[in-house]
Amino acid sequence: MSQTATAVSSSTLTLAKALNAGLRAAMEADDRVLMYGEDIGPLGGVFRVTEGLQARFGADRVLDSPLAESGLVGTAIGMAMRGYRPVVELQFDGFVFPGFDQITQQLAKLRSRSHGRVGLPVVVRFPYGGGIGSIENHSESIEAYFTHTPGLTVVSPSNPHDAYWMIQQAVASPDPVIFLEPKRRYHEKGTVRLDAPGRDLHEAAVVRPGAEVTLLAWGPMVRTCLDAATVAADEGRSVEVVDVRSLSPLDMTTILESVGRTSRAIVVHEAAGSYGPGAELAARITEELFYVIESPVLRVTGYDTPYPPSRLEAEWLPGVDRILAAVDRSLGY
Amino acid sequence: MTSSMSMGQPVGASGTAGRGRFEAPAASVTPMVQLVDPSGVRVDDPDFAPIAPPDQTAALLRDMALIRRFDTEATALQRKGQLGLWAPLLGQEAIQVGVHSVLGGTDHVFPSHREHGVGMLMGLPIERMFGIFKGCEMGDWDAEALRFHHYSMVIGAHTLHAVGYAMGMAADARREDARRTDGQRPSSEPGVSVVFHGDGAISEGDVNEAYIFAAAYQAPTVFICVNNQWAISEPVERQSRVPLYQRAWGFGIPGIRVDGNDVLAVQAVTSWALDRARTGQGPTLIEAFTYRMGAHTTSDDPTKYRSADESEGWQHRDPIARTSAWLRSVGEWDDAQQAQLDQDTEAFGAEVRAAVDRVPDPSLGQVFDRVYAGTTDLLERERAEALGRVAR
Repeated sequence: MSQTATAVSSSTLTLAKALNAGLRAAMEADDRVLMYGEDIGPLGGVFRVTEGLQARFGADRVLDSPLAESGLVGTAIGMAMRGYRPVVELQFDGFVFPGFDQITQQLAKLRSRSHGRVGLPVVVRFPYGGGIGSIENHSESIEAYFTHTPGLTVVSPSNPHDAYWMIQQAVASPDPVIFLEPKRRYHEKGTVRLDAPGRDLHEAAVVRPGAEVTLLAWGPMVRTCLDAATVAADEGRSVEVVDVRSLSPLDMTTILESVGRTSRAIVVHEAAGSYGPGAELAARITEELFYVIESPVLRVTGYDTPYPPSRLEAEWLPGVDRILAAVDRSLGY
Repeated sequence: MTSSMSMGQPVGASGTAGRGRFEAPAASVTPMVQLVDPSGVRVDDPDFAPIAPPDQTAALLRDMALIRRFDTEATALQRKGQLGLWAPLLGQEAIQVGVHSVLGGTDHVFPSHREHGVGMLMGLPIERMFGIFKGCEMGDWDAEALRFHHYSMVIGAHTLHAVGYAMGMAADARREDARRTDGQRPSSEPGVSVVFHGDGAISEGDVNEAYIFAAAYQAPTVFICVNNQWAISEPVERQSRVPLYQRAWGFGIPGIRVDGNDVLAVQAVTSWALDRARTGQGPTLIEAFTYRMGAHTTSDDPTKYRSADESEGWQHRDPIARTSAWLRSVGEWDDAQQAQLDQDTEAFGAEVRAAVDRVPDPSLGQVFDRVYAGTTDLLERERAEALGRVAR
């Protein structure tokens, strides 16, 4: 490939800029795609993910909305029923709950309720997870609420390349997508290959091969797991990291192949452990690989408390040390 | 200041006697549009007049009689165990018929779970409606083609869908305008979303957000608030300290109260609101003042929460008797026509009873087909397991 072609086919972007570029591409590809949310117009959203989109596409396609999350999701449903493809931005994970009925009872169920006649290609995006030193309701990891709801698909990118492509795939999806944006990774840079997505929206990815134990993570925890795997390698441990990418549906093929190879699994997520996605993954792996695994599937998660004041979050959130301790424990069986 | 106000004493209000700027406007002033009074006498309204000649009103009377029969048969079918539940519309026929009678060919209706008559008049087969209440389906009709959307059991949730749909209609019209060259006429009349909700729903956050979004975007939406006085057992006084139509003004939406038992008045007011929406003047809230003569659903017992006197008082305001009395007074209705209508409703009752048996049984396999546009490995596995178990 020539140098010119290489320059065109890839770019170095932050995750936030990659999302912005992905949204721009989605709007250019389909004029029925609308952006919809609080402060997303001239301000460009609180994290500037929609920056410049209203200037480019106009206020009829990038709509600033009243401050009402149920209203946002509910009217987006109506617009989708009319043939549009709204991409709704909710400002923070902790502000999703006023729109919870519209997401879980309306958006998720209309296809089933109408016996397949009403498809709702709506994307609900919001920044999620902790680690940015913010105040209450700005750091929650609430993926389990949505993965427990049939009819929704739930995905989270962990790097700029996936952010660029997964948002476009989410917009193109015929079903509602909950798109979790790892807010503490918004400003991390990475290479985005602009010529091809690499994999489908609902495929998991082995992002670091290893032989002894598999770490399963998504969104913000993928970087933390990769860091832990690097430290583990210095200590002579071979740790594989799988970026789950899609929490619903789960790509169990990739996950089971990885755990089948390593025979050990640890699930890492920021949300409280009880009834969280780690429980689901542990149960599925145990059901499928009972005679293969050498140790119980372990979980490294947020504690079963409300999210703490941010001065405590570094201790509260899963970090490299806790992951390494779990690796030791898993290998000790 | 009223003693119930909990805010601090405003500057300058100290010692103010009588009505002042810190008191709400008088809620006792509740002008209601009425064109035919309960005894069937035509009355004048300063702003509204019947929009159709009397000879066309006979068709409205017929529609009211048919949907009443549909409803009373359905209530009986529930009592006989052929429906699991029914939400009776008895007493609300004039609203459903009046609104339906002025809908344009591009308007879309977003019903609450009691607009069975509107659905029927828009072409929804009765058995489709029974399918929901028989527990066989969730609403297996083509809402887009029928322009009658799906029932929502979460009170008020659908009002936001109606507003979003109207925003989409307005966006469609703007896009068509942009594409049209000078002098071309629009290919179709701009559509309006007409959404029904009850007096209880007015307390729901979604309904209030629907008003806010409709006003913010001047969505072509007509809200029909069916004030039937009771939200199951909660009286409307517990929902609102002011007349419901007055609330609309707080959102920047015109509000108007109409006699919901007067089909001519409902027709005239709805027609006005539809014109406003169609000509870009934004949403309207119509409070249709009526009474739910039956139970909220067949599972409750109104005698436990409201007086017989109250219910009987409303029987004298019956929408069908009133319309028929007025039509007789202007020579557009007679005994022979009534006898024919009675015969037709009797035959229709038999059709309704037959329809309940035509509801197809659902099958478990279907529930796995409708979750997503495609399928997932997990759903395929669960389908195989479920169908395997059924087969055994």
